[in-house]
Amino acid sequence: MVATNENPRPANTVQLLTAEGRFQPSETSAEYLPYLERLDENDYRRFYRDMVRVRAFDTEAANLQRQGQLGLWVPSHGQEGAQVGSARAAKPQDHLFPSYREHVVGMIRGIDPIGIIGLLRGTTHGGWDPTDPAVGNFHLYTLVIGSHTLHATGYAMGMKFDGVVGTGDPEVDAATIAYFGDGATSQGDVNEAYVFAASYQTPQVFFLQNNHWAISVPVSTQSRTPLYLRSSGFGIPGVQIDGNDVLAAYAVTAKHLDDARSGEGPSMIEALTYRMGAHTSSDDPSKYRSDDELAYWAERDPILRFRVFLEQQGVGQAFFDSADEEAADLAADIRRRTLELTSPSVASMFEHVYSEPHPLTEEQRRWFEDYEASFGGDA
Amino acid sequence: MSDVRSEAEYVEAELVETGQEDDASATDSTSLDTQAIDVVEIIESDPGSRVLEEHVAEQEWTREFVIDDEAAAAEGEDTAHHDTAHHDAQASAEVGEEAAAAEHDTSAEGDGSAAEPVAAAPEPRIQSLPMVKALNAGLRRALAEDDRVLIMGEDVGPLGGVFRVTEGLQKEFGPQRVLDTPLAEAGIIGSAIGLAMRGYRPVVEIQFNGFVFPGFDQITTQLAKMTNRHSGRMRFPVVIRIPHGGHIGAVEHHQEAPEAYFAHTAGLRVVAPSTPHDAYWMIQEAIESDDPVVFFEPMSRYWPKGEVDLVENPTPLHASRVVRTGTDATVVAWAGMVSVALRAAEIAAEEGRSIEVVDLRSLSPVDYGPVIASVQKTGRLIIAQEAPGNVSVASEVAATVAEKAFYSLESPVLRVSGFDVPFPPAKLEELYLPDADRILEAVDRALAY
Repeated sequence: MVATNENPRPANTVQLLTAEGRFQPSETSAEYLPYLERLDENDYRRFYRDMVRVRAFDTEAANLQRQGQLGLWVPSHGQEGAQVGSARAAKPQDHLFPSYREHVVGMIRGIDPIGIIGLLRGTTHGGWDPTDPAVGNFHLYTLVIGSHTLHATGYAMGMKFDGVVGTGDPEVDAATIAYFGDGATSQGDVNEAYVFAASYQTPQVFFLQNNHWAISVPVSTQSRTPLYLRSSGFGIPGVQIDGNDVLAAYAVTAKHLDDARSGEGPSMIEALTYRMGAHTSSDDPSKYRSDDELAYWAERDPILRFRVFLEQQGVGQAFFDSADEEAADLAADIRRRTLELTSPSVASMFEHVYSEPHPLTEEQRRWFEDYEASFGGDA
Repeated sequence: MSDVRSEAEYVEAELVETGQEDDASATDSTSLDTQAIDVVEIIESDPGSRVLEEHVAEQEWTREFVIDDEAAAAEGEDTAHHDTAHHDAQASAEVGEEAAAAEHDTSAEGDGSAAEPVAAAPEPRIQSLPMVKALNAGLRRALAEDDRVLIMGEDVGPLGGVFRVTEGLQKEFGPQRVLDTPLAEAGIIGSAIGLAMRGYRPVVEIQFNGFVFPGFDQITTQLAKMTNRHSGRMRFPVVIRIPHGGHIGAVEHHQEAPEAYFAHTAGLRVVAPSTPHDAYWMIQEAIESDDPVVFFEPMSRYWPKGEVDLVENPTPLHASRVVRTGTDATVVAWAGMVSVALRAAEIAAEEGRSIEVVDLRSLSPVDYGPVIASVQKTGRLIIAQEAPGNVSVASEVAATVAEKAFYSLESPVLRVSGFDVPFPPAKLEELYLPDADRILEAVDRALAY
């Protein structure tokens, strides 16, 4: 396998928990350690529950896809640490722009995960309402790779114009996070997002999950330079973290969001992680990657590592049992509600094409209603 | 690249070459005393259509530019001495841009009182403005009335855009309302989408038609679908201004008519004014729309003056409109082709044929009412466009009229289009672009049927 994939932990990678679950901060983590002081034992437990919940959700959804209930599934297995840590670092007023694998980020911000299921079952292109205060400014999934990084940048420009950056009021100052992957870093839109973010000094964190594979293509084909170094060429400081270390993901994101909100401009975090499953359910990873590589990363699982850490903190078996039970309940609930998801109405196809009336859309809707009615009955 | 002055120079050089200097003295003196705007009257008072006794297409364009541009007329002689330099500038307009801009500034001073559209109060209700100034006035009014309106684009700040449409706006409203952006069209459109999500109403300038395509993905896969993806819970009031069409003698990618790509895409509205009055009002209506609007501005109509009623606008954004009445055949056109169609109608009138001209104005949606009514009256339809004909807006209009007015048609619907070839080098553009003769050839065919 390519060199980049064999050596995922260069010396300067920020790591707080070792792969074995020992709290042993790397030398590079000094500036981030104070951010852990914001966390108490309940937060740690919440992080753990977040991760096991989404893994159960992910496993259930993959099964539903195999059973023909979903057209496609996009597994997040293996990336829970990076996602939970970064999402938990965001404040309510921050806006999060996901790609399409950030299931637990959405769950943490408040979406009903059945919305993600609907997207992949073919009942909606959206799935949740980003304007609903209950969904915590978690924006819609974007399937064109990297397009949304520009939306996050534009939104952050607007925050700056609105004066909600650098006021010093922790309830007011806001930032955006753009989630994207290693493949996306090759897209022009991501590079243009760097350019605009740097030019307008947006309050923004670019959160890159380097899961080492863009479907079947290794990260070495995307870049001969470590990805966290790339953004510095745009004038955006970058840092590499162990993305399977939820505490590192939390602390580093918390600091960079703080900096962004206080007016210090954009920054970039490369979280080294691994996509344990396929890119999507349509993919066969055995065709392009080795069992050894998979085994290497299985030993660095974000959930196992954090469980060891919690056990060392004195967290007992009862908590882990209850977390597993809660996750199983979520999965069962998702299974039940997936089967209840019905097709949207025919009329909905013609709705919201425009915000204001459009005669062509109206004409075609009327024609189709008449056409359907011409068959009689309940066609 | 190319800009106002270099185009005027181009025209002036043509003028000298073709010996039409004398016509330059017939400068625009259209009346300012009109109380109400009669659309047909405006068009008939268009200097471009008054002087056309003979029918020589290239010379007509030449005369029109000069007649409508007092500054150009004043400078005509001077330019003749720099004919060679002019051709160099035309060949590589990028190089000549600074000098051209400087010249523009000089000429603006010489322009005197007529230059500022909305400077002094009380301003006259009816003003004679070129389209660039009408757009500038419309944008200024939109910026003044709604502080969520932003202007974004390449060189829109101190330079005022390569066509000077945004001239003075950054100075007046500040760099946070009028943003000079990095040179990246996807970045401009994509960040405008994010700003719209935040509640802003960005008005994006694309520098030239052929340069919209780096941003095409953001326009078609994101902006156009965003309202639908969000089930209408967010609105995306982004206006994308794109200079449109030929007749300016510019280099590759600068003279295209790409409206079909956008009219084909659900979720976008597409409009194209043909007069300064429409430009003034339609840009404001586009900004007020909660939907994305692609706004094509005919470059060939940027400089000719026309009367703008600053108080009253009788025509909604998406309405098509009869701009000349007739009985023998209908010619539908939009953007820069409207004036060509009107010229064809004048020539036809001299030959005893009565042509009705409909300015489509909106390409998505298309307002078919006036088109169908006209065809029901005349029985013959010719659609004239600068764009290549294959799978074009004209194709769609032809098919729709054939469906909806079949029994009114006395002859097949005909299209007069650019050819289905890449837009040619500037020395061939007047042969590529449909002129009044090509429209009249189609009229002849329709009437002979």
